[in-house]
Parts: sequence; structure tokens; C-alpha cells
Amino acid sequence: MKDNRIINAFAELKSAGKKTLLPFFTAGYPDVETTGGILHDIEKRGVKICELGIPFSDPIADGPTIQASYSAALDAGVTLQKLFDMVRSYRAEGGQLGLLMMVSYSIVFRYGAEKFCIAAADAGVDGLIVPDLPMGEAEAFAPLAEASGLCNVMLIAPTTPEDRKVEIAKQSTGFVYYISVSGITGERTKLPPETVAAVAELKTHTDTPVCVGFGISNPETVVEVCKAADGAIVGSAFIHRINDAVAANAPREEIVANVGQLVSELIAPLA
Amino acid sequence: MSNEISDKGYFGIFGGQFVPETLMSALQQLDREFTAAWNDPEFHAEFERCLREIAGRPSELYFCKRLTEECGGAKIYLKREDMNHTGAHKINNTLGQALLTKRMGKTRVIAETGAGQHGVATATAAAVFGLECEVFMGTEDIRRQALNVFRMKLLGAKVVPVESGQRTLKDATNEAMRNWMSTSENTHYILGSVCGPHPFPLMVREFQTCIGIEARQQMLDVAGKLPNVVVACVGGGSNAAGIFAPMIDDKDVQMVGVEAGGRSMNLGDHAAPLTVGSHGVLHGSLSYVLQDGDGQTAEVHSVSAGLDYPGVGPEHAMWKETNRVRYTSCSDEEAMDALIKLSRTEGIIPALESSHAVSEALKIAPTLPKDQIVLINLSGRGDKDCNEIQEILARRK
Ligand SMILES: Cc1ncc(COP(=O)(O)O)c(C=O)c1O
Repeated sequence: MKDNRIINAFAELKSAGKKTLLPFFTAGYPDVETTGGILHDIEKRGVKICELGIPFSDPIADGPTIQASYSAALDAGVTLQKLFDMVRSYRAEGGQLGLLMMVSYSIVFRYGAEKFCIAAADAGVDGLIVPDLPMGEAEAFAPLAEASGLCNVMLIAPTTPEDRKVEIAKQSTGFVYYISVSGITGERTKLPPETVAAVAELKTHTDTPVCVGFGISNPETVVEVCKAADGAIVGSAFIHRINDAVAANAPREEIVANVGQLVSELIAPLA
Repeated sequence: MSNEISDKGYFGIFGGQFVPETLMSALQQLDREFTAAWNDPEFHAEFERCLREIAGRPSELYFCKRLTEECGGAKIYLKREDMNHTGAHKINNTLGQALLTKRMGKTRVIAETGAGQHGVATATAAAVFGLECEVFMGTEDIRRQALNVFRMKLLGAKVVPVESGQRTLKDATNEAMRNWMSTSENTHYILGSVCGPHPFPLMVREFQTCIGIEARQQMLDVAGKLPNVVVACVGGGSNAAGIFAPMIDDKDVQMVGVEAGGRSMNLGDHAAPLTVGSHGVLHGSLSYVLQDGDGQTAEVHSVSAGLDYPGVGPEHAMWKETNRVRYTSCSDEEAMDALIKLSRTEGIIPALESSHAVSEALKIAPTLPKDQIVLINLSGRGDKDCNEIQEILARRK
């Protein structure tokens, strides 16, 4: 996997001695065009890698904020095909972000795992996070992702035993997703105090970048996790921004600008 | 053995552990502890004592004399799981899992419920063993099953209303799994059927096999032979697995699983994944599911809250593909007709879920000679459904 945007981005960050912000957006919420607009905007604001959550009817690991955005996107008629097309357009317009799709295995399996990897790569996706495909079930899938040139980012939880953490880090490609809390996604004001030490410990066992997500929502926690981690992943806080703008009937440009403003605030301390 | 499971928790190609990493350590712990307990004679002795003293087992095998005469074919027998304490087979499983909870040193249990039978059975077991208990239930089911909601509260459980999705069993299951992600250190999730990630499908089946082990022996004692056909309703599939598994190697015993045919066989109008669904992943295992082309879970409907679920246990998927069990469905209307018929001929008001099995048996029995036997797993009693039944009958007029 030589020319992968995610791997390249982390290599550049490393040589520059920098950490990064990985924003998460529900793909197609409130609509596909807005998501496309957000991608272009945040790229200008210094984001290198972005996660797109693929709306799913039954997301087990997600809190109420992301669940509601998934339901809204599905109710508005978002389909996998429309999301692949959106990524394709973004690339055609010159977009260079490293793009990950965070997608349930229910969706991947239904589409056909190999077919899904090929379609995602062909659209311009660089990596996949399949949150319900833990080590033990991912063995057959990982080579399919790799064959399509996609990173397969795996997750580690605070409940994961130490030896299993190391093994997951070994199997994960692009980066390792370290979940800061035992629970669902959603904003929290503070990180569990042991997170930074746990990430630092993990980094002594792997050269793969480690990014921390779940519950990060303000510049303080971004700075805090980046003491040890290579990146901070923020999701629900952005969805909240979008919700507020949608509730106020804001036009698309305003939604994009509001999101962009939060991106700038969160990424500023890492510049 | 045809019901053996692979090391990784697969029945043939079905099963697995498709869950967030956060749940993996809890599942691995459960797998270890269940295996150890199930190999421990003391655990078995304690479980059997609970089944006897709390559930009231063994449940009776009952010959339906008048119903058999009316059908004019095979003899119809009922395995009376409706006679168990709390009114359904669900108590077998919750007693087993509550014992295991104690053994793991956990102090709190959570559960999902549809009809409320599993919730009541969990609340009961929690009360017996002094465990804190929270039951997740969709608000549509809370409406349909008000009596069971009250029973759970009376038993000391907290009922957590679930507002997401269709507000039924699937959504309650999502919420229970989410809760377990942040509580597994002191909490066991008492899953109510042979669904979910490994080891649940295996463990719940094992706790329910008391049904089939008893029924098999009772048939031999009473009729001197095994039944020709065994019929059970299939929601997640636990009462069916419980009666099928101990006879799965008795090749001459035919088995029929009956799913909810609902209003029609159009997607969204029924809950019959084995009858018309396809391979898919839901709630941690690969099995048959009802989904759209993008893998989004389809809406489902059944008159019976306990069958109103888009997935089914992975072992049933295997039994379907090996043709060991035939799966079919019956409509809301047919289930209601069967409910009325059993009530009037035998004085037994079955649960709406169980009425699906009764309906299929009423179709099969007349086609068979008089010396043959059809055994129905009467998984529960209809008391909980009386409000719903009243409304339906009022609409029929
Ligand atoms: C009486 C009764 N039968 C059957 C079921 C369906 O579950 P299963 O298929 O797991 O037996 C339920 C579920 O609530 C029930 O209450």
C-alpha cells in the first residue's frame, strides 16, 4: 500500500513532528451536497484525514447524537450508491483528504465484502473502519481491503487485554483507533485519566500511528490526547453543530461555515 | 453431533461475534465461565434445583383429546411451557444466566424484551438471586404489553423505554447492547433468545434443552414412541431450539419452525427471515435477516410482540440449510384463529407467539394418519395478550 493518502498523511505529519485532528461526519447528513461541501472546506482548514460514517439502521456503538443523524440521513433517502458517488465527485473536484468510511459489517456483508472494498477504492476512499468486525472475525476481510489498496483500521477498547491490544495494533493498517471510554460515542467534557498513559504504553509496542476517539469535543481534550496519540477523532460535537444549524434552517454555506469554525478551533492548538 | 459448534462459535457458516471491540472481553469472559459452569456437576445440580423449585419443572405433556378429534388426523400433544412460573419457557434461560451471573461475581443484570415475557422472567430471576435489574423495552411494546411492564416493576426491575427505530424488540436489543458496553464489569446481559454473538446462541440453547429432554422422555413414557412431527414458533428461536436440539439426531422426527407471517408476505408486513429473508449480520451474528439491498434492517410486523424481530438465531439458519428443520410462517389472522380454537377445545389460552405453532399443527395433523403424533411446543400462556386479543376481536366484528 504505497500510495495511500492516509499512510502518506501520517508519514508527513511524523516528519513535521505534528499531530492531527480527524473529524467524523455522518455521510449524507443533512444531505450529500453538504457533506461534499464540508470536505472541501475542512481540507482548506488543515485537516488531512476525515472519517465518513455510513448511516446504518442499527449502530450498536453509537450514542443518541450519531444514531439520530443516521436515521435522519436514511429517512432523507441516502443510499450507499449516493455516498460512493459523492466521494467520486469530491475526488473529481480535486479533493485530496485521506478518506475513511466507518461502516457496519452488516452493510459490508450485504454488499459483498470484496465487492464493497473494490467499490469504495474505486470511488476514492482510502480506508475502512468496520467497528463490528473485531479481531477474530477480521481475518478474511483484511486481505480484501489490502488488495484494493485500502487501510483496515481496527479498534482497541479500554476493556481490551494488553496482549490483545498489541496484536490488534499489529494487524491494523493506516492507524489504530483507540477508544477512550468503555461505552458509546458522544461528547464528554473530560477524558478518563488513564487514557493518555494507556496510549503511551501502546505506542511502545507499535510503529503504527494511534488515534483516540469517543467523547472528545473541545480543544483541551484534543491537546490532552495528543500528548501521546498521533491524532484526535471528534464526531458528535460536529453533528451537534450541524443539528443546530439545521434546526435554525441555515443555508448550506452556513452549515459548512459553522462546522469549519469548530474544525479551526479544535485544530488550532495542533498547528 | 449435528448441533456441535466450532471453536469460534459458528454453526456451519452461521454465528460469530460481530460486535464492537469494547464487548469482546465480556464475551470471552462469558464463554470461559459458561464452559466451566456447564462442565461442573455442582452448577448442573443447582440449575436443576432452580428449574424444579422456581420454574416448576418438569412441565406436563398434555394430550389434546378434543382438538385431535376435531382435526381428525394425527394425535396432538402439547409440551406445556405455558405452565411454568411466569408463564413461558423464558424462565429456563433466565434462571441459568442468573446463576452464571452470581458465579461471575456480577451484581447487576440487564435484558431486552419484546412481549415482556423475557423481561418478567429476568426480573423474577433477579429477585430470586438479589440482583439489580434493568429491562430495555420499545415504547410500542410497552403499549402492547402493559400488564408485563407492571409485573416487571412489581418484581423490582427498572423498565427503560426505548424510543429509537420501530420501538420494538430489535431496538430494545440495540439499547441493551449499548448499555452493556459501559457496564460489563459488574453487569451481565441476559439475552433472551438463541441470537446475538457467541456464546449466547449456544448457551441459551443449552439452558432451554430441558424442554426437549423432558418432552422426548415423556413421549416415550406416554406413547411408547417419539413424535412424528415437532412444531414450535420461532422468534429469535429459543423455545424451538430447546425442543428441537435434544431430538435433532432422531432422524425420523420431522421438525417445523413457524415464523410470524404478519399481515402479508411483503417486506415490512411480517417477521419471517427464515421463510423469505437472506444471509446477513444483525446483533452480532451471521444468520438469516430481513434487510433492504443496502443492508439496512427492514421494518417488521407481527401481532405477537415476541415474534416481532427481523433476525433469528444462527443455529436455525444452519438447520434450514441442512434441511433438518422446515421453516414456514402463519399470518396474524391464522394465529388468532388457532388461539380461539385451542381455548375453546382444550381450555388453554395460548400466547399469541405459541398460537403460530398451534396454527401450523392444525394444518399438519389432518393430513396424517391417526397413529401418528404431532407435538406442539406451547411456549407460553395468553394472559399477557388478553388486552391485545380484545382489541383485535373488537376490530373483527
Ligand atoms: C410465549 C413466547 N413464545 C415465543 C417467544 C419467541 O421467542 P423464541 O423464538 O426465542 O422462543 C416469546 C418471546 O417473547 C414468547 O414470549
